[in-house]
Amino acid sequence: MTPRGETSMVPPPEFESYYGRQIIKTPTWKTPDVPLYLFLGGMGGASAVLAEVAASSGRPDLERVARVTAAGSAALGTVALVHDLGRPERFLNMLRVLKPTSPLSVGSFILAPFASLSGAAAASFLTGRLPRLGRLAGVGAAALGPPLATYTGALLANTAVPAWHEAHRELPFIFAGSGAAAAGGMAMVFSPCAQAGPARRMVLMGAAMEIVGAERLLDRIGLVGEPYRTGRPGRLMSVSRSLTAVAAGATLVLGRRSRAVSALAGAACVGASVLTRFGIFEAGLASARDPKYTVVPQKERIAARERAAVGR
Amino acid sequence: MGRLSGRLDDVTADAGYEDHPPRVGFFTDTSVCIGCKACEVACKTWNSVPDDGYLLTGMSYDNTQALGASTWRHVAFVEKSSEVSLPVDLGMPSMSLPGADPSAAGQATESGDGVVTWLMSSDVCKHCTHAACLDVCPTGSLFRTEFGTVVVQPDICNGCGYCVPACPYGVIDLREDDGRAFKCTLCYDRLKEGQQPACAQACPTESIQFGELDELRERADARLAELHEKGVDVARLYGRDPEDGVGGGGAFFLLLDEPEVYGLPPDPVVTTRDLGSIWKHVAMAAAALTGVGVAAAVGRRR
Amino acid sequence: MPGLGTSFGRGGATTNLQDLSNADCILIQGSNMAEAHPVGFQWVMEAKRKGATIIHVDPRFTRTSAVADIHVPIRAGSDIAFLGALVNHVLSNDLDFREYVVAYTNAAAIIDDRFQDTEDLEGLFSGYDPETGQYDPATWQYDDASAAASAGQRDPEQPTGGVGSDQHQKGHEAARSESHGSGGPAVEFKPRRDETLQDPRCVFQILKRHFARYTPQMVQEVCGIGPEQFAKVADELTRNSGRERTSALCYAVGWTHHSVGAQIIRTAAILQTLLGNIGRPGGGIMALRGHASIQGSTDIPTLFNILPGYLPMPHAEHHGDLDEYVAADAGKTGFWGNMRSYAVSFLKSYWGDAASAENDYCFDYLPRLTGDHSTYTTVKAMIEGRCKGYFVVGENPAVGSANGKMQRLGLANLDWLVVRDLQMIESATFWKDGPEIETGELVTEEIGTEVFFLPAAAHTEKSGSFTQTQRMLQWRDKAVDPPGDARSELDFYFELGNRIRQKLAGSTDEMDRPLLDLTWDYPVDERGEVDSQAVLQEINGTGPDGSPLSTYTELKDDGSTACGCWIYCGVYAEGVNQARRRKPHWEQDLVASEWGWAWPANRRILYNRASAAPDGSPWSERKKYVWWDAEQGSWVGSDVPDFIADRPPDHVPAEDAAGPDAIGGQDPFIMQTDGKAWLFAPLGVADGPVPTHYEPPESPVANALYPQQNNPARRSLTQSANPINPSLSEVFPFVYTSYRLTEHHTAGAMSRTLPYLTELQPEPFCEVSPRLARARGLENGGWATIATARTAIEARVLVTERLRSLRLGEQWVEQVGLPYHWGGNGITQGDSANDLVNITMDPNVYIQDKVGTCDIQPGRRPRGAALTAYVEEYRRRAGVGADQEKGDG
Repeated sequence: MTPRGETSMVPPPEFESYYGRQIIKTPTWKTPDVPLYLFLGGMGGASAVLAEVAASSGRPDLERVARVTAAGSAALGTVALVHDLGRPERFLNMLRVLKPTSPLSVGSFILAPFASLSGAAAASFLTGRLPRLGRLAGVGAAALGPPLATYTGALLANTAVPAWHEAHRELPFIFAGSGAAAAGGMAMVFSPCAQAGPARRMVLMGAAMEIVGAERLLDRIGLVGEPYRTGRPGRLMSVSRSLTAVAAGATLVLGRRSRAVSALAGAACVGASVLTRFGIFEAGLASARDPKYTVVPQKERIAARERAAVGR
Repeated sequence: MGRLSGRLDDVTADAGYEDHPPRVGFFTDTSVCIGCKACEVACKTWNSVPDDGYLLTGMSYDNTQALGASTWRHVAFVEKSSEVSLPVDLGMPSMSLPGADPSAAGQATESGDGVVTWLMSSDVCKHCTHAACLDVCPTGSLFRTEFGTVVVQPDICNGCGYCVPACPYGVIDLREDDGRAFKCTLCYDRLKEGQQPACAQACPTESIQFGELDELRERADARLAELHEKGVDVARLYGRDPEDGVGGGGAFFLLLDEPEVYGLPPDPVVTTRDLGSIWKHVAMAAAALTGVGVAAAVGRRR
Repeated sequence: MPGLGTSFGRGGATTNLQDLSNADCILIQGSNMAEAHPVGFQWVMEAKRKGATIIHVDPRFTRTSAVADIHVPIRAGSDIAFLGALVNHVLSNDLDFREYVVAYTNAAAIIDDRFQDTEDLEGLFSGYDPETGQYDPATWQYDDASAAASAGQRDPEQPTGGVGSDQHQKGHEAARSESHGSGGPAVEFKPRRDETLQDPRCVFQILKRHFARYTPQMVQEVCGIGPEQFAKVADELTRNSGRERTSALCYAVGWTHHSVGAQIIRTAAILQTLLGNIGRPGGGIMALRGHASIQGSTDIPTLFNILPGYLPMPHAEHHGDLDEYVAADAGKTGFWGNMRSYAVSFLKSYWGDAASAENDYCFDYLPRLTGDHSTYTTVKAMIEGRCKGYFVVGENPAVGSANGKMQRLGLANLDWLVVRDLQMIESATFWKDGPEIETGELVTEEIGTEVFFLPAAAHTEKSGSFTQTQRMLQWRDKAVDPPGDARSELDFYFELGNRIRQKLAGSTDEMDRPLLDLTWDYPVDERGEVDSQAVLQEINGTGPDGSPLSTYTELKDDGSTACGCWIYCGVYAEGVNQARRRKPHWEQDLVASEWGWAWPANRRILYNRASAAPDGSPWSERKKYVWWDAEQGSWVGSDVPDFIADRPPDHVPAEDAAGPDAIGGQDPFIMQTDGKAWLFAPLGVADGPVPTHYEPPESPVANALYPQQNNPARRSLTQSANPINPSLSEVFPFVYTSYRLTEHHTAGAMSRTLPYLTELQPEPFCEVSPRLARARGLENGGWATIATARTAIEARVLVTERLRSLRLGEQWVEQVGLPYHWGGNGITQGDSANDLVNITMDPNVYIQDKVGTCDIQPGRRPRGAALTAYVEEYRRRAGVGADQEKGDG
């Protein structure tokens, strides 16, 4: 410590730190690459599911949008992921081993086939070639879609970043909900109202899952949840939640009737989903930068253990 | 995949080595550290680690600030003093210059009250029994060596950066201009030649002790008992307990204050301890999303 | 190191680093040992582990203080007051080791009745000449013993003035004190003694009276140390000294770099002697010497006034021939009695066959001293145009020497300058980018100095020996070839000699004979590099048949032996490079006699005869080291006895004995002419037989002990670039003290140029107390400007409780800490703290005082010519120049 009263670096009194410095490292993942990847994975994964819903219920316009969204998201997501690497030329090393302890490894083994299958399905649909194989690919992508949309929750949670790790129960649900809302929203923007029923239902269910998940999260994790409520990530989360709620309401009330409202609400869902990912991502960074979120919960944990030991 | 948390007495075998040398590590006794930083210099010299910038931080004598991609040994300097108010304002007769606040001057501490302490501690990668960096590495670049240590293979690392936020101690980091992750290797190359790590060899006061982990733990226990006997009640071991959140460190410490005072997490836990729960919730959420799809499909046709 | 040399007979540390681990208490003062000697400090930590009390007395709370048991903040420059009070505490409470003191010291010696103490003369001793500012020691002599002029000037840091003011004065000018590196000054007779120590004129009683005013209250007033803390230190030291226990004392340049440096060390020597800690395991005085071979650089000297082995450089007026040269020592008690053998063997090593009895062994070839040619005097001569050429080798005076401006002004006024270094240092580039170029005080186009920069080989790129702090020679082998044109010093000087000799070849001028007759025939290898072991063999010396000698007792005065440095004789015993021995510590005991080789004669603890009682038995089982084995008829122990091996403890020399034969069985200090440790120095110290506290040349306080403010015998250097801040100046109210950091090497050429070291301490900074920071508005991490009458520098600020505000009576004293490693070159740059330091020298060794006064203000300093004006304004306000005379009062 520097002498008292001589420096502004001394942290607040309720806990000690080393010159107010953070303890864990701030994630080096780049913005916007990684939050965008999180978003694209969610939207793409859910879109693959939506595409199969559309296909099985005979909604070609909806299917087209969903298939293109799934394939496009996968492709863009892969680009974002590779771009984020410190050594992009070595991206194939991701497939060197499959490690269940590494969500990124698992995710790579989801993303790679998903990108191929969703791409094949979209190509087949758009060109009309090999329709049966295309459909088979689509089914495969739909099977991989939900894992793709949700594994990113594990990706963030499986770190020492307090705001992420402590959120490991809710993050997959928030991402699933947000992904569904975005997939539905994207479909609402680009498909006629008549065919967009499943998309609207996805929006509504996704929005509900996301909002409920986020509420539960903040209720549960206490101090560590602070970055989700404050500062820039807090504002992002708040705007996202409002946008999602408004879009869901509009979808429920006017989604069937107004193409314009449908498109706007859909776009809002997509936007909200992007904001959610940026919010969660940045909340994690904020929680890493402040030693408070590392030290205080850990001290409490020690104190609780000691109380328990005394109690025994 | 070996055990992810809890006590693990032979981490090397758990990692798949059938026949292996004993696990080695560091016991860093900060009570005899003189803050000479020879460990930092020896480490960089041996491992060709680049400089980490030329910044005077104002943080006592610590200008390297923290462990990172280009600082594998880091000596922390903690100055502490209890404020002793002087009963009498003696003024500053020889310093009657404008701007001098006489009331402030009255708070000066008297000499010789012996209330200053200056703690020094050489930090290093803990080479955890349950190493999060190793667990989350998607390429297998990080691996467990036959000595039970955790090492990055620079020819495999693709710079994904996952290990960086995974480490509960904030040890490993990406080198910006290089893109890859770097950290202490516990001088893997030297170990293979039967040499001790450069930092331990350079340490003049045996603050950094290298050896077989079991023996180091015994030594540390004895040293702790000795200090407690001398009345140094603040002494405690950090990272020595094989039951702790990372299954005990391969590098552990004798500290003279709370860990967070040195910039160490008070109760670190390997993130993969919760891996089961994490995957379970992912699976549930994926199922829920599938359910959303199904529900969307079976909804009214409109 | 005249402080140690006059006290014990040799100027080197009395002990070795490993032995510190045997101490029961270690007092570290005048040294930041953990930071400046971290490797040696391991033995202090080892002692602590074994239960020793570690005490650190220092102006700052440093990394040494951090691991010490007790830190005592002291005002820089007040060490004698503190140590003197410890001496007083021991004497007035009868805590001395009386049996040791009576037998092994000159406590019982009776002093001339004309002697007058500072008690009688208000801070002066008898014999002071206010005209010359020098003492005549005639009245300090042993009773009935008329001391002769000291011929065996043997150590680079002791003044041995001869008796009689004429000769005495010349002795001063030649810095005779240096010559007590090995061998104390010579007194003619053994003194009359009163072993009851009751005679009022005996040394013991004189000491008692002299130190009576050094009370704990005085310590509070002078040093800023409270009585409780003083008592704690006094208790620890005395409790841990005596028959069963020993205390060690470590010091470094925190003591030597003062205008009273030698006297601080003398006080420590008196204290340790009274406590019976010299010559015993876990005791002693560890003089910590800086660079790898600083001890070596006085043994085989780089000083102007001594020759290898502390043979004095002959004086033009006093040493007409060899007989005159050795006369003062010939026949004296102890091993200096053989000085002629050392001198003749030395001359034979230089001039070989050319040196013969007929031509006085070429004694006339040696240069002669005519006065003071010490470094600062030479710099002044450079400024005044009297010195035209200069070699700067392994030094960076533009950054590393006191008053950097004066150094640079000197360098800028030369005809030629040779700089040999590993890096392009400031002393080689001052002419284009020095601070005086920035201010306009120097203009590149107007500087006539021709600078030759020659790249030098680093220590890994050449083989050779270091003689480190405990007088131990350690050989290192070359690891790699030097890069490019870099050459070792050995190669450079060998080649320089070759070329000069070639140029002179065929000359018939007598003046060229010394060069042409030199033995200059070292073997070279295929790379053309000189075989450095051949040089070591030459230093070791050879007998009549050319075989290596084993010990200096084999040296002869008949020209049959040659030896480059008598104290190193034995380093190549049996044709083996003893300095290259590397037997690991786990294969031998703690004394480690088979690691390297220590002079003299591989003895590791000096004066170790004193580790046994007068009867030859160990003082105690616990502190057993060297003792008399009656059956073997020999002194035995784990170290080489620092005594005549077969001289029994009850031996009484014959009245007419001379040289080593005159050493009695109870005279452990075999290099002293009376065989005793000197509590009182009748000769050899220029500024008094017993130490006295005087304020540094620049001080914010008046001398509380005497009306005499400053050391009356200090050497002032009057030069316009060396103005002195007036004492008690309100313009310069703070004390500064300069020092080193672990992370850097002295003037920085070997550290500021390396990324791994530079990043650890990247910028110059100053350390101030929170109180001073509040008073001056200084912020941690911000900038400050520190001003003296010399110049002003800027540095970043570290505000820290480690710098204490000291209370001296009713006055507060603030100290500003200034590491001095930076300059204009290197990876990071900054102002050099040494630019602030004034040159006022200790009269014994001509070393500057690193303490002075200053002002400190927030913010960066003015640039360019504005800086000159800024400093000028300070000088005007402080009235500098009006009161620059030496007289004070």
